[in-house]
Amino acid sequence: MTKVGIPRSLFYYYYGPLWQDFFDGLKIPYVVSPNTNQEIVNNGLALANDEMCLSLKNYLGHIDYLKDKCDLILIPRISNFKKNNQTCSNFWAIYDIVKNLFPIKLLHYNIDLDKKDTLKKGLYKIGKELNKNKWQIKKAYKYAIIKEKKRVKKNHIISLNKLKSTKTKVLIVGHPYNIYDEMIGKDILKYLNKNNVELIYSDKFNPQITAPLSKKISKDLYFKYSKENLGSIVYSAKNINGIIFISSFPCAPDSIANELAMRKIDIPYLNLVIDDSSSFTGLETRLESFLDMLGGKLND
Amino acid sequence: MTKIAFPHMGDYYIPANYLLSHIFPNTKVIKAPKITSKTIELGTKNSPEFICTPFKYTLGTMIESINKGADTLIQMGGGCRYGYYAELQEKILKDLGYNCKVINLVTEGTTNFKRINNLLKKIDPKFSKIKAIYHGFITFKMVKYMDQIDNYIRENIGFEIEKGSFENLKEAMLIAFSRVKSYRKLKKTYQRYMHKFKNIKVHKPDNRIRIGIIGELYTIMEPFSNYFLEKQLAQHHIEIKRFTNVHYLLFEKAHKYKKYQQYAKEYFKYNMGADASDNIARAKYLCEKDYDGIIHIKSSFCTPEIGAMPIISNIVSTYQKPVLFFSFDSATSETGIKTRLEAFYDMLEMRKEK
Repeated sequence: MTKVGIPRSLFYYYYGPLWQDFFDGLKIPYVVSPNTNQEIVNNGLALANDEMCLSLKNYLGHIDYLKDKCDLILIPRISNFKKNNQTCSNFWAIYDIVKNLFPIKLLHYNIDLDKKDTLKKGLYKIGKELNKNKWQIKKAYKYAIIKEKKRVKKNHIISLNKLKSTKTKVLIVGHPYNIYDEMIGKDILKYLNKNNVELIYSDKFNPQITAPLSKKISKDLYFKYSKENLGSIVYSAKNINGIIFISSFPCAPDSIANELAMRKIDIPYLNLVIDDSSSFTGLETRLESFLDMLGGKLND
Repeated sequence: MTKIAFPHMGDYYIPANYLLSHIFPNTKVIKAPKITSKTIELGTKNSPEFICTPFKYTLGTMIESINKGADTLIQMGGGCRYGYYAELQEKILKDLGYNCKVINLVTEGTTNFKRINNLLKKIDPKFSKIKAIYHGFITFKMVKYMDQIDNYIRENIGFEIEKGSFENLKEAMLIAFSRVKSYRKLKKTYQRYMHKFKNIKVHKPDNRIRIGIIGELYTIMEPFSNYFLEKQLAQHHIEIKRFTNVHYLLFEKAHKYKKYQQYAKEYFKYNMGADASDNIARAKYLCEKDYDGIIHIKSSFCTPEIGAMPIISNIVSTYQKPVLFFSFDSATSETGIKTRLEAFYDMLEMRKEK
């Protein structure tokens, strides 16, 4: 039976649970690559072009890990969610890059709402390629979508409850594939948790609520995921003590959107750009002084 | 009275100047000073740290033209984050204490005539649409003629017998074009200069080296940002083929994309943003037409081109052709580029002799 490989990077942090539910529903075995470790980073570095962003390098490392452990690797191509809602151009190119770099079979679908390629169409296409009939696919799709909706709702409620907490509250703004990646943002989160800070994540809000709010910071912005990030700042601005921006070097949408946000907000912020050679000791010093500053402000 | 200015890109300030000064007769168009290393320094100092280089160049020229008196700045956009430059640049300029507005004509790589109409009304509410269309037509023709002449120059400048003849004539041509007032005069000027260019004596050997230049659009079209790469290649007696120019971006790109996709379908399936997928197809074209080498240039951190680079490497390795990747930053040293170019040229010559 064909085994599907899912790289635990980039798209996994948006669609991972949904894919897993979908494949569970179809009864198809899958393997998810482990958390990013030093070996994966090194493999990615060797494969990638040196100017690619760290997250993309890691993604290539994950595919390198998976290439002989499964028959097919799932790589979506995500272009836009209707007008003015496009994604980073790396997301457009990733399928072709992987196809040119690795001689492996790929399982892929395309999300391009401008041309009416939806997630539903994509998952149906995948199901067909895995030799499942229409009814099986329909059942699995419905199961996955209902679970996904519940997850979004639950995350939103948890975030709202966190906003009411009495501890020092810090909003982490960044793309989920950077924040939760073991080699990029995990150490930062661990350090903050250890220091008794309530963390609120920009991606854990309901995107339908946060995305339109980004208009208050930036009118022209047309990157979907950046819209959600900036919208979450507006949404929670009154209830938080500080913001930490986490991005990987050199992220294209973040370089402009975050810079604009930093120039417009009046909440204390810290901008962390993570490189493949950055050490945590350096970050720790900056985090420590940032927390000190927040604490000082609270006592006033 | 509003004073308009726009960032430089190659010689295209002439058609842009023509268009703006004719659509808005009541406003003053300010020609931005030529890009120098001081411009780049100004731009780099005020830009975010990992932004692509065109942002720094255009911000630098904006500041310089504001110092010359401009208060309305025009910015174009592309299919990548270029379309999002204007908002941040306006904020940066305001933070610096300048009072100005930045108008973004193109977002997301698409032009919407209704939107442009509204934007132009912001500059001058009484502008005449019919006149705008008429002068727009002449401007586009001017761009087309200039691009045609440029293509001819590029193919021949390396083989001129009398040194500097092409460059001197081109300078005269640019002055003549900037004095054009009607379509008839434009066409006559074009024919006269094309004739003059074709009369310049050239010596083209049969085994000459031919190179194709592909890459990111701003860097390729603004000679200062690629450290006058084409000039340096011409000094080595090389024929240059370049695809990207404003005429291509405005009129050909939209319908050529499908052809390109069909042509290079084994290398890419989806659009990769900006000019990346076009460049992949061009790399294949250059390899199949037996060009001696490919030079790929981009500004540092240009995301679409970074995605295209591994695929271009894949193409050239199947066709066994040499390729040279340049990534220009504001801090690139000119000697470094010269050394790499010379080595590349020597390698091409050695391959030719084999």
